[in-house]
Amino acid sequence: MYVPHTFIECKYGPELVVTCTFRSSPVAGSNRVFNTPLSEQGIVGFGIGLATQGSTAIAEIQFADYIHPAFDQVVNEAAKYRYRSASHYHCGPLTVRAPYGAVGHGGHYHSQSVEGFYAHVPGIKVVIPRGPSQAKGLLLASIRDQNPVFFFEPKWLYQAAGERHTQLASLCTCMQSLSLSAGSDVTVLGYGSQIQILRQACEMAQSELGVSCELIDLRTILPWDEDTVIQSVCKTGRLVVSHEAPLTAGFGAELAATVQAECFNHLEAPIQRVCGWDTPFPLIFEPFYIPNKVRCFDAIRTVVDY
Amino acid sequence: MANAVDAKTLDESTLLEIYGKMVLSRTLDERIWMLNRQGKAAIMASSQGHEAAQIGSVYALRRGTDQFYIYYRDLAVMLTLGMTPREIMLGFTAKVGEPLSGARQFPTHGAYPELGLINLSNVIATQLPQAVGAALAIRMRREDGIVIAYFGDGASSFGDTHEAMNFAAIHRLPVIFMCENNKYATSVPQHRQMAVDSVASRAEGYGMPGISIDGCDVIAVFEAVSEAASRARNGGGPTLIEAQVERYLPHTSDDDDTRYRPREEIEEARLRDPLKLFGERLMAMGILDNAASEHIYSEARAEVNAVTDYR
Repeated sequence: MYVPHTFIECKYGPELVVTCTFRSSPVAGSNRVFNTPLSEQGIVGFGIGLATQGSTAIAEIQFADYIHPAFDQVVNEAAKYRYRSASHYHCGPLTVRAPYGAVGHGGHYHSQSVEGFYAHVPGIKVVIPRGPSQAKGLLLASIRDQNPVFFFEPKWLYQAAGERHTQLASLCTCMQSLSLSAGSDVTVLGYGSQIQILRQACEMAQSELGVSCELIDLRTILPWDEDTVIQSVCKTGRLVVSHEAPLTAGFGAELAATVQAECFNHLEAPIQRVCGWDTPFPLIFEPFYIPNKVRCFDAIRTVVDY
Repeated sequence: MANAVDAKTLDESTLLEIYGKMVLSRTLDERIWMLNRQGKAAIMASSQGHEAAQIGSVYALRRGTDQFYIYYRDLAVMLTLGMTPREIMLGFTAKVGEPLSGARQFPTHGAYPELGLINLSNVIATQLPQAVGAALAIRMRREDGIVIAYFGDGASSFGDTHEAMNFAAIHRLPVIFMCENNKYATSVPQHRQMAVDSVASRAEGYGMPGISIDGCDVIAVFEAVSEAASRARNGGGPTLIEAQVERYLPHTSDDDDTRYRPREEIEEARLRDPLKLFGERLMAMGILDNAASEHIYSEARAEVNAVTDYR
């Protein structure tokens, strides 16, 4: 696992605490890296308490599907902590990590994408990396950020062969979006594990349709990089948004609504959203649920042919 | 102001000081309630009946060192920690200079770092896991302070409470769980809130000591909290203290307790008013008489009048 190895090497002050479910690190010591009971709301609550005292607290929820008991502590406590105390206190040193998304066989409760719920809460940040190098840099940025950050890691990356990552690679400590390919015909927007699929769809669009796609990885969901996206869509006139989370009230709806308001006169076609279906995440029917490269390719073709 | 000590004795001046605090708290509380009824003060959760439990506990701890995670009924804790009546009233009148939240939250909610008052919200029991996390931070840093988390009988039903107590006991954290059991969670009486007679009886289930005490006896509270504080400071871990108190007024100023509570029950509860009990005790000890008591009351009234008139 690349993440724990890396961040433990990078020290953040004398109080580095990870509440997690993997074995203790020999570097940080078992009083600073330890397992907790099964208490998600407690885990986030403990983290708020630690962070309020100035300790860097990195809490792990084993699967994002299980973060829901902590919703109260996130929404009512962490997100409002600074505002409600006239800035006397905040829980900025808190970072909560959770693996999210499809893994091939996870079913209802090991596959969920939850970013939509947490994007709706002013007062926290939501960050989602697309791969190992990004995960390292974004996690470090999240830990350093003086706001509580919810860091959702694509679950399938834990099993993938992955990209080669060197310790000496420069870290992306900026949480803005990143354009992965410059294009002129359509803006393709996504985040996390969906980026790999969108990459393939863009390649198909290039080779089969001669369509030049500008692929953007949002990286941070809350707050999201409106400027980069608006600039891109004003240039291309077309937008395809894709996420694994269900369609209705998914984060794609926020992206589409903002872009249509800001780029209305530049749009050549309605904005397409390619998302998970509005059902519980299925087990054996997972391949039909995922917004795969064919569905994404179809959406690109739709906006181009409009 | 004398700092609390772990020893179980309090000198005369401190005893009189405690009595003065109880009188001031009651007087302020009554005035805020009155103003609320006149439409001049915002929503209030009265602490009347809880004074001994709240004030006795603060005196047993180290102001300026220990961390206080209070709940919405802890007006007397706030006063005893060092908030002035004017500062408290600013919250109820939502005036500039309100120190806890800049008047963003309900009155008495927010934070006062200099006094060790950590960030109170309006959500029940969420402060308990946070208090436990704070205790973990303090222990890791090998700091001197401990944490006290106040909550009511209703809060004891929450998942947050269970998780906090479990975690604190596993890691033997320096935290005191202080339950002010006034036998009503808004309108829900204790027997509908739990199947046990005592919140403290659950402590054994978590693996920590638990004690149920008379929360109307300020000395008993002081002694119990002192012992728990000593245990916490010496690495002995958490304690669950249940202080049996009475709630004289409705849940908040937006509640009508005539719907669910007989008046006779409240009248009977007032026979054991903590102010009356402590006043009588001090008189029996010969350190207070009627004249002195009346003087303390009139000083409290004068202070509260000045605060009321402040514009």
